[in-house]
Amino acid sequence: MVELIFYGIVLGSIISLGAIGLSLVYGILRFANFAHGDLMSVGAYTALFLVTGFLAWIGVSDATFGPLSFGWRMLIAFPVSMLAVAGVAILLDRVLYRKLRAKKSGPVIFAMSSLGAAFILRMIILIFWGADSLFYRPGMLRPAYELPLGVKIRPDQVFIIILVCVLMTTLHLFLQKTKMGKAMRATSDNIELARVSGIDTERIIIWTWGIGGALAAAGGILYGVDVQLHPYMGWNFLIPLFAATILGSIGNIYGAMVGGFIIGVAQQVSTAFLMPTYKPAVAFTIMIVILLIRPKGIFGGSER
Amino acid sequence: MIILEATVITAGYSKLDILKEVGIRVRDGEIVSIIGPNGAGKSTLLKTIFGLLKPRHGRVMLQNRDITGWSPDKIVKEGISYVPQVDNIFTSLTIEENLEMGAFIRRDDFSGRLAEIYDLFPMLAERKKQKAGQLSGGQRQMVAMGRALMLDPQVLLLDEPSAGLAPNLAAMIFDKIKAINKTGVSMIIVEQNAREALKMAHHGYVLAMGKNVLDDSGKALLTNKEVGKLYLGG
Repeated sequence: MVELIFYGIVLGSIISLGAIGLSLVYGILRFANFAHGDLMSVGAYTALFLVTGFLAWIGVSDATFGPLSFGWRMLIAFPVSMLAVAGVAILLDRVLYRKLRAKKSGPVIFAMSSLGAAFILRMIILIFWGADSLFYRPGMLRPAYELPLGVKIRPDQVFIIILVCVLMTTLHLFLQKTKMGKAMRATSDNIELARVSGIDTERIIIWTWGIGGALAAAGGILYGVDVQLHPYMGWNFLIPLFAATILGSIGNIYGAMVGGFIIGVAQQVSTAFLMPTYKPAVAFTIMIVILLIRPKGIFGGSER
Repeated sequence: MIILEATVITAGYSKLDILKEVGIRVRDGEIVSIIGPNGAGKSTLLKTIFGLLKPRHGRVMLQNRDITGWSPDKIVKEGISYVPQVDNIFTSLTIEENLEMGAFIRRDDFSGRLAEIYDLFPMLAERKKQKAGQLSGGQRQMVAMGRALMLDPQVLLLDEPSAGLAPNLAAMIFDKIKAINKTGVSMIIVEQNAREALKMAHHGYVLAMGKNVLDDSGKALLTNKEVGKLYLGG
């Protein structure tokens, strides 16, 4: 059980990264972005291209760091992929969502368009990499530490949790301490008043997509490191992402962080009683229960 | 000197004209109050001046410059600030962050201006780290005005600053408005409380059905029989 909770925290940290972006975008643009999960996949596959393709080609060493399953290639690929997916997210906004904003389209139109964007992104991955599961380092043995009580922990997983904590702390400091971060919170709070104050809300929207996309990429890559890559990985994350976002009160990024961990742990612990294939159903059930008994989420009302 | 002038403004939403050839003029350093019944178009006029609504006809001039149809973010840079009637603060931000957002477009050091705002509203200085959403109505109005003043505007547009406030709080807000005006800020105030609005106004306009009905000095309108009967409760 302790082991499952630990695995849940690892999974939860990845869900949190995606949920933060989903919540940020909702907070400012008020629409459910169904393409967010696929941005995670794009991040994972961009890193795959860099690790096994480009960085190998330019001769970056393949050696791994100590007990970890990756080395310099991944360390370089990680931030580059985050930037790349930030770019993809911003590009999608410029060519698609901004046009819909200009037309004052309703939330359903936005949601359906994002669903279309999700399919496009996924099909691009399928064209280049096929439908099979892939690994950053195929055939790599992944040793685990044996802790008391028979708990097995892989060094990669410890690394993932630490890295996610660093990313979340950075985001927190950005939102609380910087002018742009404060303006993002202000725009999410009241976009009309932000405009009246002279805040360039289009620039805020670009930052929002960039940060959301970068964090999604981080989540996707870390899932690839922990488990595997698959073209449907991000799409399959969508339900846990929405569950975490709604649980933590949609639009509230701190809620999304906590919600992500709760959903991750709940999914993993459920495998003690249910078949692992029911994991998405667990997230879905939590989401429905929350919508029925506390639709504003556990943090609803505290902020406003 | 005339600082702001709107002439023959016709504006509205979709096909419906709410304002019909309305004009208003603000001299430098003046408080101009707009009174009139509900639905007269008072708030719509403020929104049109601030660029939240594009007029179908007419023009808005700020110190001889035509700002008709400009977007609010450009107008705010030219020196007009606007305080909406509702949703006029960032509830999830602290008081200080609300004021900082008012100064978002400033690239210089605005700590001096922040200190001036706190001098004007000492109550805000005591609670600067508190979330604005936890404040009472009167305090919210002070945050909203403080935010709009951060850019040191030439003209401040206030939409119903006393709406929903108890009489003693409304009186306090009117005192603050007079204090702000003393610092040299010209203002247009839209008010339901016509008597108080005219008392502090240098000039007043009466609007009805989207048209100019009367305009005169604040004092003259206060003693005008017709205005007294219709808008000041006899």
